[in-house]
Amino acid sequence: MAIIERPSSEVVVTGGPTVGVKPSEALGVFKRPAASTSWRDWVVTVDHKKIGIMYGVAAFFFFILGGLEAVLIRMQLMAPSGKVLNADQYNQMFTMHGTTMVFLFVMPMAAAFANYFVPLQIGARDVAFPRLNAFGFWSFLFGGIFLNTSWFLGGAADGGWFMYAPNSSTLFSPSHGIDFWAMGLQITGIASLTGAINLIVTVLNMRAPGMKMMRMPIFTWMVLVVQFLLLFAIPVITVALFLLSFQRSFDATFFDVASGADPLLWQHLFWIFGHPEVYILILPSFGIVSEILPVFSKKPLFGYPIVAMSGAAIGFVGWGVWAHHMFASGLGPVSVTVFSMATMAIAVPTGVKIVNWVMTMWGGKLLFTVPMLFSIALVVQFTIGGLSGVTHAVAPSDTQQTDTYYIVAHFHYVLFGGAIFGLFAGFYYWWPKIFRKQLSESIGRWNFWLMLVGMNMTFGPMHMLGLQGQPRRMSVWTSARAGEGFFNLGFWNRIASIGSLVLSLGVLLFIVNVVYTHKSKKVAIAPLDPWDGRTLEWMTASPPKEHNFDAIPTVGHLDEFFHRKYAQDATTHEITQVATAEEVLAELNSHPDEHIHMPSRSYWPILLALALPIIGYGLIYNRVILAVGVAMVVATMFGWAMEPSTAADDDFDPSAPGDGGGHTKELAPLG
Amino acid sequence: MVAVIRRSWHPLADTAIAQGHDSGHGAHVSSTGLSNNKLAMWMFLGSECLLFGGLISTYMLYKGRVNSGPQPDQIFDIPFTSVSSFVLLMSSLTMVLAVSAAQRKDDRNTTLWLTITALLGSTFVGGQVYEFTAFYREGLGFTTSLFGSSFYTLTGFHGVHVSVGIIMLMALVGMISRNRIPGDRGETVEMVGLYWHFVDIVWIVIFTLVYLIPS
Repeated sequence: MAIIERPSSEVVVTGGPTVGVKPSEALGVFKRPAASTSWRDWVVTVDHKKIGIMYGVAAFFFFILGGLEAVLIRMQLMAPSGKVLNADQYNQMFTMHGTTMVFLFVMPMAAAFANYFVPLQIGARDVAFPRLNAFGFWSFLFGGIFLNTSWFLGGAADGGWFMYAPNSSTLFSPSHGIDFWAMGLQITGIASLTGAINLIVTVLNMRAPGMKMMRMPIFTWMVLVVQFLLLFAIPVITVALFLLSFQRSFDATFFDVASGADPLLWQHLFWIFGHPEVYILILPSFGIVSEILPVFSKKPLFGYPIVAMSGAAIGFVGWGVWAHHMFASGLGPVSVTVFSMATMAIAVPTGVKIVNWVMTMWGGKLLFTVPMLFSIALVVQFTIGGLSGVTHAVAPSDTQQTDTYYIVAHFHYVLFGGAIFGLFAGFYYWWPKIFRKQLSESIGRWNFWLMLVGMNMTFGPMHMLGLQGQPRRMSVWTSARAGEGFFNLGFWNRIASIGSLVLSLGVLLFIVNVVYTHKSKKVAIAPLDPWDGRTLEWMTASPPKEHNFDAIPTVGHLDEFFHRKYAQDATTHEITQVATAEEVLAELNSHPDEHIHMPSRSYWPILLALALPIIGYGLIYNRVILAVGVAMVVATMFGWAMEPSTAADDDFDPSAPGDGGGHTKELAPLG
Repeated sequence: MVAVIRRSWHPLADTAIAQGHDSGHGAHVSSTGLSNNKLAMWMFLGSECLLFGGLISTYMLYKGRVNSGPQPDQIFDIPFTSVSSFVLLMSSLTMVLAVSAAQRKDDRNTTLWLTITALLGSTFVGGQVYEFTAFYREGLGFTTSLFGSSFYTLTGFHGVHVSVGIIMLMALVGMISRNRIPGDRGETVEMVGLYWHFVDIVWIVIFTLVYLIPS
């Protein structure tokens, strides 16, 4: 758990019932790890910041993987009768590209930001359940690796990321790919569910004094909405995946049309999860740009309560629009009308947000830094994707567009132009907070412009391709069917493929930027408050200490940090700076909290998470492996349950190097 | 200063030492006033509602689809299942008594009522095993029909939930007797109780929809 005041001996005497045995002796195994410097510390850490960084690194790795899959797809489609991939490999490639980008990149990358910044933004010292947090990360990582091992074990899943039944049955997909897919997503689903519970409790329960809900930064608000969406969406996909696994492994009949099954059951279950899922993907990025736009416009966010509430409204209405993915499936006129109108309705709160962002920039002193560029690009690109989305809400038009490249264009505009641009804005904005160094603005500009141009070159032509009738998931096109004239399918496919290379170059420059920033001696340490930030995460050291704040601030305003730096003259309404960031921090730290007791490291989370893929392999291959996995789950759960989250001081592995675990921090006054 | 520290303090500080603090300083403090653990359990149960919602929807869609094998009303033994349902509902009462005893710090009665709850739960699961065996003998296998697949999946998931609950109850008994529960014992028992009651309530829904309403 989280933060416990360091005990004084007097209190121990007055203590209630005590646990009779030291926790590390509970199962007679290793002592509690206390390393704080080596790689071992990353394995056993429960610090939300370290877990956030690990989420980020792992998710970025999967981003590269999914990106390479996408480039292979585009290379296959670059020229007529492409020979890069055969049809089977092509099916696996687009399935795993979608699955990887959705479940293994955008979701965990949002989790990375949420983990790192939500506790900082609400003035907490950690999340509510630090061990559960570590467990969530490791489950995601092991689930993702498990999913990708299918490439080497007979082929990956090949049914598309929404895996429609009955195409997903063993008859049409005899390899183990879909079994890996279903089990892998169950494991990452556990990660999302535990993460959701953890962050909801953190946001609701662990806010600093005075941090009312309506004083929380918008990023925290959007994360909260997303966690509620996850909380209720994940169990639905869990059911769908169980039904699928039971059908494939135990011959259940859920999607067996010959037995009278209704394949639409899968579509409904999948999209009841899948449509909230798209808001799960986009809302964190909305939150990130809602932080960045005010900072670089030198204005408060326009209509803060409206932005927060429209995010919540999207969260609610997002549950009532799933069947717009199924307009072509013959739902009947009443259902189609209802879902069509609900889909148009959800454009309203989204539009409200766009207007608020534009109004935030309106009349502001705009600073076109790289994070600002990415944020403005999100507003523009997402609007384009949103407009093509509205054309899907019109059911007759959607029927024409279903399963064409027009759909592919739409969701890449909202997900790449929206979600991913928001995440990149977050990288550039928060890099100096996390790593003390600011990413190079000049390389960053190249990174931005190449990604922007590359993205529009790749996905813009897909609108045309789709309207000209090119179906999605088609592994080859032939020159005979490319159509006539200069601007035929061949032309647009070539442009899109070249665009994907430009886009890749842009992403490569981001990696170059990271390496340059951290290797070059010319890059100086960033100042404490490089962007003139407004929210609490800037009101502490960079990177923050393990306990985040030497003194937990008492919050009196929305944009608390801004209000501590600036004051408004009552008569002239002129805003003047009254303190620098350093002065604000020194003032806050002049009375540090005493006796901060941070949660202790634990190896149970990684062990429990490790058991999950073992169960997965066991279910697919071998009952003995399954038994080992189940035994591991039971043993680690008992170990976890009996281990207090914060150990007594003498209960640590003494041989480990470091500062003795950082489990207690006696703070010297900063003077 | 003390106030600031108290705000930052996790409401379920779960070491013996922290308990010492607790008794020294009074109630837990969190932004909402609810304990983190309890709030988390409520969130989890909210999520579980959707899990059973999905399974129940699947069953309701498929209950009439019998291409081969018996129809629902041919095999359900409603008096038998009513008795086992009654047993499960009574276990909620004994669970309440266990929570009440735990909050009074009465270890002996806590252990007693937890054990009785686990026994009642085991009786229910035993009844379910008997029922499944009987249905199977009468020709309803997991793969026989859509009704069979969805019936066994729905009631099976519920049975697994009850079984996990029994394991938690027995683990509690063991951990109480060996004094191994970190944190607030009353709240730990109460949280298992929340889960147990939830599983019972789900059974009321399943029993009504699956057994009582004719297909």
